[in-house]
Amino acid sequence: MAEKITTNDIVKEENLVFRKTPLFIDKPLSYCPGCGHGVAHRLVLETIEEMGIQSETIGVAPVGCSVLAYEFMDIDMQQAAHGRAPALATAIKRLHPEKFVFTYQGDGDLAAIGTAETIHACNRGENITIIFINNGIYGMTGGQMAPTTLPGMKSSTSPYGRDIKTMGNPLKITELVAQLPGTYYVTRQAVHTPGAVRKAKKAIRMAFENQKLNKGVSFVEIVSNCNSGWKMEPVQANEWMVENMFPFFPLGDIKVPAEQK
Amino acid sequence: MKELRLMKGNEAIAEAAIRAGVDGYFGYPITPQSEVLEYLMSEQPEKRTGMVVLQAESEVAAINMVYGGAATGKKVMTSSSSPGISLKQEGITYIAGAELPCLIVNVVRGGPGLGTIQPAQSDYFQSVKGGGHGDYKLIVLAPSSVQEMYDFVDLAFTLAFKYRNPALILSDGAIGQMMEKVEISDQKPRWTNEEIIKMSPWATTGKTPDRPHNIITSLDLDPSKQEKFNHKLQAKYKEIEKNEVRFEEIQTKDAEYLFVAYGTSSRICQKSIQMARAKGIKVGLLRPITLFPFPSKRLFELSKQVKGILTVEMSAGQMVEDVKLAVKCSIPVEHYGRMGGIIPSPAEVLTALEQKIL
Repeated sequence: MAEKITTNDIVKEENLVFRKTPLFIDKPLSYCPGCGHGVAHRLVLETIEEMGIQSETIGVAPVGCSVLAYEFMDIDMQQAAHGRAPALATAIKRLHPEKFVFTYQGDGDLAAIGTAETIHACNRGENITIIFINNGIYGMTGGQMAPTTLPGMKSSTSPYGRDIKTMGNPLKITELVAQLPGTYYVTRQAVHTPGAVRKAKKAIRMAFENQKLNKGVSFVEIVSNCNSGWKMEPVQANEWMVENMFPFFPLGDIKVPAEQK
Repeated sequence: MKELRLMKGNEAIAEAAIRAGVDGYFGYPITPQSEVLEYLMSEQPEKRTGMVVLQAESEVAAINMVYGGAATGKKVMTSSSSPGISLKQEGITYIAGAELPCLIVNVVRGGPGLGTIQPAQSDYFQSVKGGGHGDYKLIVLAPSSVQEMYDFVDLAFTLAFKYRNPALILSDGAIGQMMEKVEISDQKPRWTNEEIIKMSPWATTGKTPDRPHNIITSLDLDPSKQEKFNHKLQAKYKEIEKNEVRFEEIQTKDAEYLFVAYGTSSRICQKSIQMARAKGIKVGLLRPITLFPFPSKRLFELSKQVKGILTVEMSAGQMVEDVKLAVKCSIPVEHYGRMGGIIPSPAEVLTALEQKIL
């Protein structure tokens, strides 16, 4: 009887080009197939692994689709009330200035119910990293209009499209926080192509490295899709994102520290 | 000889926090408790003990800062007054649901709404029946002097950490603002990170190879697990009820009638007792020190001895419901109270006793 060949027999050090970071807990993700959260989680966890700071990192999960982020991230984490993650992170960092502290938040959490906490943590210049996933919709609650839903975009609470006359304008909170003296590094990225993933990874790494400098908030927005909420196929959702979200939320650095330009 | 100082109740809370080795205070100004934050800012406790003091953008942010700090095993607290405490209810229920020890101080003012800045006791229901959503309880301590404001800070943290449960000091504008002599305790050292990890192994202090990652959350989407967790919380509250009831009795030995009052009202009742006894009316006082757990058992015992009970509260009558439940309607229980920031006089309390109970 032939011996069973295992993954370890095939994957050797010399031919290993990619592996899942051990900080990503091995269980099925709660996200829809095609969603960008999985990649964003991986980039955060790879960064923590590569920096060797697992034992020094405390994360804060939001309310929304990524409320269960702590189920997948093998780091100490707290789950915040809706929008309050920057307040939790403020206290954690003030009480543990030697730790790396990050929040992981969606658009409804960070840019609607948590606007005050977001702006004031950014304005105080808390030495934390904020990872902001913007998919223009409330995904977890079933596709309602978000603060970042585009004009004319349909959702379950804007079924005829967002009418800015009655429903208000989408909020470019990332540009807004970039105006505050307490933010040190503000950037907008995406994770829909390998190239974008590499750039987003670099941005997240910088956002964590910056905590060593104690210069204020590092804020990384990731424009992402919500194929379920947008009622599209995953590929179609990414195309729609490129055509519609990116013109309104253009990718790239918004505020880069002078010494890192 | 211990150090004595003349202090406001609010200042006593602040000094006690520093001396108790508190790691962080997160607050927001509101009358009549702003002196807590003012005192802390002027004392610069970061220089005395390394304690963090932060003025938050709102009461909501302040209580969520308490959540974040408490979840790392640190001794953290906030204080506010009634409208601000209402804002904090979201954070408080999350803290209770995540089983985090912390201290919240409410220097009560009259309501509802913006109400008044004068003292009241109308937040009793909010304090002892939950306040936010869900089935949870706070450990509630009711000081009646500036000394107790001071002493209950350390006691509240002891109880909060013993049961992994938020504790609340339910004071009022009179005790917060009045000045009395306070015996100052020695400085307790703040816990080291090593002590915290040993004492609170659940805390999010950074995942080390020797343990699984720690998660602080109040969420469980599995109904059977969520119900099991709720049962666990209820068992904890039963344990608190068994172990932590605190009260004071004044002249109850020969009493034929009984006042039940806490905080400021209990001090007025003490004067009313003197006046009543001068007239030959044998009245005593039971002063609950813990409002949750409530001294129901002792009240039931006293109901076998006295002919009637008058509760005195600066409210429309809230604690009176718990007194009625405690004595199982075996004797008359009436309420006398003033509202809107008015403190009753000893004479009107005595009149109420004579008219409603005698």
